[in-house]
Amino acid sequence: MNPGNGIVDSHVAVSIDGREVTVPQGQTILAACTAAGVETPTICWAPNLTPVNVCRVCVVELEGSRTLVPACSRPAEDGMQISTDSERVRHSRRMVLEFLGSANDLSQADEIAEWSQHYGADARRYAAELAADADGEPEVALELVDDPVRIQDDLYIRAYDRCVLCYKCVEACGDDAQHTFAIAVAGRGFDARIRTEYDVELPESACVYCGNCVAVCPTGALQFRTEFDLRAVGEWRPDDQTVTRTVCSYCGVGCNLELHTQDERIVKVTSPEDHSVTSGHLCIKGRFGWQYVHAPAFEPPATDTPASESTEP
Amino acid sequence: MFGLGGGTCSYQEITETDVILLWGSNAREAHPIFFHHLLRGLEGGAVMYAVDPRRTSSAEFADVWLGLDVGTDIALANTVGREIIAQGWHDISFIERATTGFEDYAASVEPFTLDEGERLTGVPAEAIAEMAHAYAIAPTAQILWTLGITEHHTAVENVLSLCNLALLTGHVGRRGSGLVPLRGQNNVQGGGDMGALPDRLPGFQALADAEARARYEQVWDCELNPVPGKHLTAMFESMEEGELRALYVIGENPADSEANVAHARKLLEGLDLLVVQDISLTHTARMADVVLPAAAGWSSSEGTVTSSERRVQRVRAAVPPQGDARDDVRIIGDLALRMGARWSAVTAHELWDELRVLSPLHGGMSWDRLEDSGGLQWPCPHDDHPGTEFLHTWLWADDLDGHVPAPFTVNVHRPPAEALSDQFPLRLTTGRVLDSYNTGAQSAGYSSPIRSGDAIEVSPSDAAALGVSDGDAVRVSSPRGSVNMEVSITDRLPAGLVFTTFHFPDLVDSNLLTNDAWDARSGTAEFKAAAVRIDPLGSSPMGSGTARSGPVGSGTGRSGAAAAAGGAGG
Amino acid sequence: MRQPLPVVLVADLHFSDASPTASERRAVMAALSVSDAGPGAVIVDHPRVVRGGTRRRKQMRHLLLPALHALQREAGWISPGGLNFVGRTLGVPPAEAYGVATFYEMFRTEAPAHELSLRHVCVDPICALAGASRLAENLRSQGHAVHEGPCLGQCERAPAVFIQGRREPDRVPDDERGLDSLLVSVTAESLDAPSLLRHMIDPSSAADAASMEAYRARGGGSALEAALRLGPDEVISQISSSGLSGRGGAAFPTGIKWRAVADGDGPKHVVANIDESEPGTFKDRLLCERDPLAIIESITVAGLVVGATQGWIYIRGEYPLATQRLRHAIAQARAEGWLGDDAAGSGQPFDIDLRRGAGAYICGEETALFNSLEGFRGEPRNKPPFPTTHGLFGRPTVVNNPETLLNVNEILRIGPEAYRNVGTEGSPGTKLFCLSGHVGRPGLYETPFGTPLGELLSLAGGVQGNLQAILLGGAAGSFVGPDALELPLSLEDTRSAGTTLGSGPVMVFNESADMGSVIERLAKFFRDESCGQCVPCRVGTVRQHEIVAQIRRADAPTRSQRLLLDDIAGAMGDASICGLGHTAASAVLSGMRLGLLGTEQS
Repeated sequence: MNPGNGIVDSHVAVSIDGREVTVPQGQTILAACTAAGVETPTICWAPNLTPVNVCRVCVVELEGSRTLVPACSRPAEDGMQISTDSERVRHSRRMVLEFLGSANDLSQADEIAEWSQHYGADARRYAAELAADADGEPEVALELVDDPVRIQDDLYIRAYDRCVLCYKCVEACGDDAQHTFAIAVAGRGFDARIRTEYDVELPESACVYCGNCVAVCPTGALQFRTEFDLRAVGEWRPDDQTVTRTVCSYCGVGCNLELHTQDERIVKVTSPEDHSVTSGHLCIKGRFGWQYVHAPAFEPPATDTPASESTEP
Repeated sequence: MFGLGGGTCSYQEITETDVILLWGSNAREAHPIFFHHLLRGLEGGAVMYAVDPRRTSSAEFADVWLGLDVGTDIALANTVGREIIAQGWHDISFIERATTGFEDYAASVEPFTLDEGERLTGVPAEAIAEMAHAYAIAPTAQILWTLGITEHHTAVENVLSLCNLALLTGHVGRRGSGLVPLRGQNNVQGGGDMGALPDRLPGFQALADAEARARYEQVWDCELNPVPGKHLTAMFESMEEGELRALYVIGENPADSEANVAHARKLLEGLDLLVVQDISLTHTARMADVVLPAAAGWSSSEGTVTSSERRVQRVRAAVPPQGDARDDVRIIGDLALRMGARWSAVTAHELWDELRVLSPLHGGMSWDRLEDSGGLQWPCPHDDHPGTEFLHTWLWADDLDGHVPAPFTVNVHRPPAEALSDQFPLRLTTGRVLDSYNTGAQSAGYSSPIRSGDAIEVSPSDAAALGVSDGDAVRVSSPRGSVNMEVSITDRLPAGLVFTTFHFPDLVDSNLLTNDAWDARSGTAEFKAAAVRIDPLGSSPMGSGTARSGPVGSGTGRSGAAAAAGGAGG
Repeated sequence: MRQPLPVVLVADLHFSDASPTASERRAVMAALSVSDAGPGAVIVDHPRVVRGGTRRRKQMRHLLLPALHALQREAGWISPGGLNFVGRTLGVPPAEAYGVATFYEMFRTEAPAHELSLRHVCVDPICALAGASRLAENLRSQGHAVHEGPCLGQCERAPAVFIQGRREPDRVPDDERGLDSLLVSVTAESLDAPSLLRHMIDPSSAADAASMEAYRARGGGSALEAALRLGPDEVISQISSSGLSGRGGAAFPTGIKWRAVADGDGPKHVVANIDESEPGTFKDRLLCERDPLAIIESITVAGLVVGATQGWIYIRGEYPLATQRLRHAIAQARAEGWLGDDAAGSGQPFDIDLRRGAGAYICGEETALFNSLEGFRGEPRNKPPFPTTHGLFGRPTVVNNPETLLNVNEILRIGPEAYRNVGTEGSPGTKLFCLSGHVGRPGLYETPFGTPLGELLSLAGGVQGNLQAILLGGAAGSFVGPDALELPLSLEDTRSAGTTLGSGPVMVFNESADMGSVIERLAKFFRDESCGQCVPCRVGTVRQHEIVAQIRRADAPTRSQRLLLDDIAGAMGDASICGLGHTAASAVLSGMRLGLLGTEQS
């Protein structure tokens, strides 16, 4: 039979900062950390996506390993001795956060900002080292991830100066969920960017506007137009928003929706990552098909005379 | 099937199965998130056969696409069945223990040799044999279908012919194997479960069952008419006969969604009284004597809906209804009050508690459990019951757990009601696209960057024969009417078949073309098979074409069962 | 009924309207051996029966790189129409194909302004010392199209040029000029000592390097015969007892690797990693050019010993001569019966396929190589799982470089005891060293492990001028100063001295060299070659380069700049995914410690 969710019948014991915890075989060090009550920063990890372990902010020290290991993807093995708060771990986590802060606009990445504060990341010191010399003029420019915001349709925007290249959008668009493959990483090194082929505009690409990329973006690089437009006029107020769980009104699959409402209007639609039907993913109708709820409902449509005729007498 | 009106499997099982027969379903566009589960199955190694007249976007994911002629599903299923029997791939011990009627079935499919199957369906014999073999020998296998099976004048027989294949091979009642109709609307399953079928009481209990009826009569404190009502198509027939004179339409837009819609409109116009309760001023509502504005059932009301895997889930009010609109439950309750009935259950929660008492399928689903969980799958008979992932495990019990064996059925191949002719030489079939929905009442309300409008899709060879190119204006005519449309040439279609959607009735009234010949048992019209002619027009057609954002306010549903506006007990 | 490929719908992929030119179509179809009617990712059996889906397109994905090479050579770029054609044929989403195309130095995704072949000129340290920028300028003034890029693996004859052909084969001018490279083996004289260069320095062999007859006459084929005679278990145990370790830099014990793969189930692979791109390294190129049949023999030995059915050669795109000779050697080996359904009479099937890289240092990393070969971006995978269990196509895989593989031939020829007689206890056998820069005779030298650095330099004619520094191990290695000439060149001695042999490059700089410029170039190399996948390396290499550039302008580092470089190095070394990030700060830090960037200011 096609292997689906394997049934777990064995467990492994690992030590997290000296504390023994037991997790089912096949689970990760990250799961073991969570089981031990240790909070771990993550950026590229999400519960509904395959770990790509590229951001490296979750690294931990594993006894016997030459380098640090990514907690999000490394399976826990019996007897592992793991430190999550050693000097080495704190250093690498701080540096990852600092690197991102030095390169990207993280003003809308609240979680990253919190962890940056926690680890004492100071993203400004790179520019300082370059400017510190000679006549106060930087002879060598600090390279930034610089990319103009792309507004190409009414449903979402892409602001890649906020993109930390966590690959989540690529995974959600690709074989972790949607299998549309409208976007991929193009270019190499610091110049690598999320792109459609030849950077064609999104409506010309394979994109089917499921919005699953937007839903997993950790930095606001991808954003629904509703949120973008409200932010633009200073009216995006997460503290004033309520989230109501309901079921999509379209087909019969039964996707759970989380309606984010502000001032009695829907401003965003997401789905719970842990719901068995959606795993957090939706289609264009579920994600965006709600707008009629706020349209004038009982006005006749503009066109009323189809260009057609009946043989009916 | 086999006594219960629901798909036998859970979505999880499609990720674990070995062979998938996707038959008359474009789930990639019509059920996108279910298709995610299916894709996981394919990633895990499942092999998929797609049976569809069109090579749909779903069929592109299939290992093999079998492009049968429209309306030859029974012929194909019977051919597969005969091949399985002829090769000895059927599960004899299962058949003997758990089924009846095998001999009659075997005799009925005997004429459907592979060659005969090829002649009737247009699918080469080798491909039919390959699919039969793959399905029969798979450790687990599922057949899934949607309206490609049911929107025919042979709807019920189409379904039964697929059920036969599962009975032949034992691909039902076990984890990973089963029969799965994918429901087209968010509560079409729940509507049927809750008695929105003429012969059923809430909880899918038979109206004809006097004992069941008595329980409802006691709780409802009234006498129930044991004579089944009419399904949608029969209602129109009754209007035609002058018998049905008043109509109360809830969340349905027949003035756009009916096949041969011009005829339907004429009948609606002839009614003494038309009352429409809907979330927007649909075409039908504009014809009504009385309009009752309703709140959107999924975002402005409390209640439950039931999905294609029999999962009952809560809908909740997040935003207030617009203007004077009110919850369906309140509207119906107040109407009952004006008519002199004093119902005790007036909220969704109270209605649910009443249902739990009456419906064994739902007895264990307390309101609190539904609040807390990600939904529960019926049957869920008592409070400690976890819900049921897959149905009919009794088929594999030694004594069938006291059930009556499952019957094979004999299904006769009958071609589409409307034959092609010199005057109407092309076969028209209809379907959905990803970003739109039914007659557009909901989906026209947002600006989809991928919206393409209702074009008439034509195969390259037909386009060449007609002398038309992409974007050309044509007039499409059936014996019932004509519409002007734009041509879209596509490799999805074999020669002789044309396709359109029905999402923009105010721009392109495609149901003027469709055939209202209907299946006597389900009442479903043959939307999937009309005979048409295409005539090129010199200039651009009026009012048709590519609307990137269509108009607001057309209609909500097209099926007889309850649609989006239905809340609990809807 | 024939259905032309460009209209076939595959797995709900979306392609633009751009069409390939007729010549692009022909070029791709020739490279993939497909006809108009397939077999592509979609097969039209009949107007009513079409085979497609995801399984087949996954099986075809590994053909992406050869298809892109064909497009690039034909059109001078990967055009949208060409990309669509490849995407439809193989079932690769255009965004992913574009992502792959933009990963490699040799592919362009913008239309070229000219019809010329492209001259790649190496500007890495050794070629820079030898006047690379002047050369590039001259070529431009002669009207050539020039691209200045990283090391081309011809450091012994710097400055190096490689011509990427436009509608003509790729070529290297120095090959055509018949410019010979110097090969010296200290152990070649003794028959019972290992010598990888014996065949190559035999004057009779140079002319017909790829002739099976001549190879047989020189004793070629004996390793394969020995392997078949001894059987897999004995071969692996001989390799283990010989103490052979991988020669690519990581020095992993070869016997353990082979044993693990031999113990695996199901289909397995053997990969010859000939993507040597470490600046200063050119040994594998010379091995393949001069003794290609020995490489094929050794890959076949590996395949038959571990039970693999498919062998792969992944070779640098910048090595046209070696590629041509290996292809010829594969054909010879097939004719000889070494490859095929009954490989060398073993009763097992085994064959070898050759794939060209397209210009990416990272693809020398074994898991990046797998991804590249499979048709994905050459981004390294996290380890574990290791290639021995999850390698190419997720299957158990032996991956070794030619030097390691040829050592296996030597072990089978002379036995593990004789093999161990050469070298040191911790590093048995010989090592190939690539000498370049300010030495009398740059070239490829084979000496026993443990030979002192100074002795190696003497063999190469000594340092020209006054020695300033030596870069051992290439860009990923570290600088040593004139005080290191006594250092025995063994794995254990270099490790305890805090440096590395890497893959064997020895780059020599006299006092005339501007070391600040050298180090800045090395930092730039990593900035350019980081794949960009993980944050520590993607951003760390950029920040490192910026600070080094700033230090160079000030002629000396400040204390806080040094501390910041240490911080960056710590994170890159500890938290990067692969060896590129782990070693990206090594040369910079060692150079700074030696004062090559100037004396620290407070």
